[in-house]
Amino acid sequence: MTAKADRQGEAGRLALVLFLSLLVLILAVAAATAIGDYSIALGTVFLAVTNELGLTGADVAPIEQSVVWNLRLSRALVAALAGAGLAICGAILQALLRNPLAEPFVLGVSAGASTGAVCVIVLGIGAGSLSLSLGAFAGAFAAFALVALLSNGATSGPNHTILAGVAASQLFNALTSYIVTTSGNAQQARDVMFWLLGSFGGVRWPDFQLLLLVVLLSLTICILMGRALDAFTFGDEDAAALGVPVGRIRLVLFGVTALLTATIVSMVGAIGFVGLVVPHAARYVVGPLHLRLLPACAVVGAVFMVIADIVSRVVAAQQTVPIGVVTALVGVPFFAIILYRARPQA
Amino acid sequence: MSVVAENLHWGVKRKTIVTDVSLSVAPGETLGLIGPNGSGKSSLLRLLAGLKRPLSGRVEINGQDIAQVSRRALSRQVAFVQQSAATDTNVSVRDVVRLGRTPHRSALAGWSEADETAVSTALARVDMTGHRAQAWQTLSGGERQRVHIARALAQTPQVMFLDEPTNHLDIHHQIEILRMVRDLDLTSVVALHDLNLAAMFCDRIVVLDEGAVRACGTPDAVLTRALLREVFRVAADITGLSDTGRPHIRFRPE
Repeated sequence: MTAKADRQGEAGRLALVLFLSLLVLILAVAAATAIGDYSIALGTVFLAVTNELGLTGADVAPIEQSVVWNLRLSRALVAALAGAGLAICGAILQALLRNPLAEPFVLGVSAGASTGAVCVIVLGIGAGSLSLSLGAFAGAFAAFALVALLSNGATSGPNHTILAGVAASQLFNALTSYIVTTSGNAQQARDVMFWLLGSFGGVRWPDFQLLLLVVLLSLTICILMGRALDAFTFGDEDAAALGVPVGRIRLVLFGVTALLTATIVSMVGAIGFVGLVVPHAARYVVGPLHLRLLPACAVVGAVFMVIADIVSRVVAAQQTVPIGVVTALVGVPFFAIILYRARPQA
Repeated sequence: MSVVAENLHWGVKRKTIVTDVSLSVAPGETLGLIGPNGSGKSSLLRLLAGLKRPLSGRVEINGQDIAQVSRRALSRQVAFVQQSAATDTNVSVRDVVRLGRTPHRSALAGWSEADETAVSTALARVDMTGHRAQAWQTLSGGERQRVHIARALAQTPQVMFLDEPTNHLDIHHQIEILRMVRDLDLTSVVALHDLNLAAMFCDRIVVLDEGAVRACGTPDAVLTRALLREVFRVAADITGLSDTGRPHIRFRPE
């Protein structure tokens, strides 16, 4: 009977967290749409959105209508999806590699995606947004392959994988810098560097649609494999002993992580630390089991990124600080806390 | 359920680790696997449990070739307890034992009465019911090992493989764990280092040396002075415990 009460307590807690986070997410998106160099009242924001959805025919100034719908709302929603996606990637990688420090940025996947994208932008291999995404995707996979190769598959310890990730990060960041400095002109170099640190400036509705598709698909796959991810708690062999097809699960989930990371990096640049910070915060609230953790990561990641985007736009007057700068300023102290707490117990 | 291995061979690259091993375990029997470091105990245990694929040879559990059975179906019948498996994740005892239900549950299935019964029975069996809400990181070594065994029991297996389950435990906990394993109503194969404990708790013992079966039989038939000298390179006296009929080994210091 206590077990039943426990379960209801856990389910209730998850429902509460998800409900509150969704509420906060809606408020954050509304705030992100209202706040900016040109402030718009929340009421106007609401009417502009309902106008576009065909629910109302209220009288809103065309300029405000356009700013809300075409610039800010799409931007806020893409930010939310990017945050959700990166947080899911972090949770998956932390479980598969059994390392609290794992995330796409630390493992060099974001760096690989950046290199791929820069190859397309600067070297002009292919053209158009599809090939930019494909470039980022190829780069993300190249980084994954390199990390897998360096860390010698599943046989080496988690620390080995992180070291391999650091090596991959360095390599791909160096390649990116090399390509930019030798091939680009000064303006191109500045654009690329700004883009690498992350920016939601250029995103529009088509980006939102693509990202929504990718995030929903990934989240579904990950949740279906949530039970199997739990079985990795004591390592690969233990998961196999519990009947989990370890090789297949790893392949699919690494693929999903690379797809998500590549899609996000190709749209908004390499945004670090969201994948690291959010899963730890979410785990603290809903516990380590993935059927609860993954949805919680998605909403908390979304809220975090929308708020980070607001901060990046208001912290310096007339300037947008790169989003990666904001997330890193929050993420690095958090990283330090994890490192400190991960020390072997004396 | 019976476990039968026929002519198992396994190795990595050019190094052979398990050479032509054949053995059989009767239903309900507790089989001890002993041998010096590097003799292939752990590898053989993984071959028997289906966690590694043999280069040649086959393993049958209850008359069925395990190579023909899916990973998931196999793990409903066979549980494997690793040597002091650890985690950094902040899980509770209940979470860990629940993992044992993984092979019985589909991706999104709810928690059934059968699942709950298996978990609470397993916790009671290892005497950890009172610790169910406790965090993994706060458990002692002996408690962790008991929780691992409870997780294996929650799989409701008919065969259990244990790789040195008494490693790093004090003598009280070593005896307690092995007594529990012996009294379980299932077939078990246990890799052990301590020869006296193997003699005390196993129905039969298999001695591995350089990947091959050196001897197989009841403890008093297998544990002879000659074998200890040749395989383990130690001098020892062997006395029989009059009340149990099990041999006792006293090592000589010279």
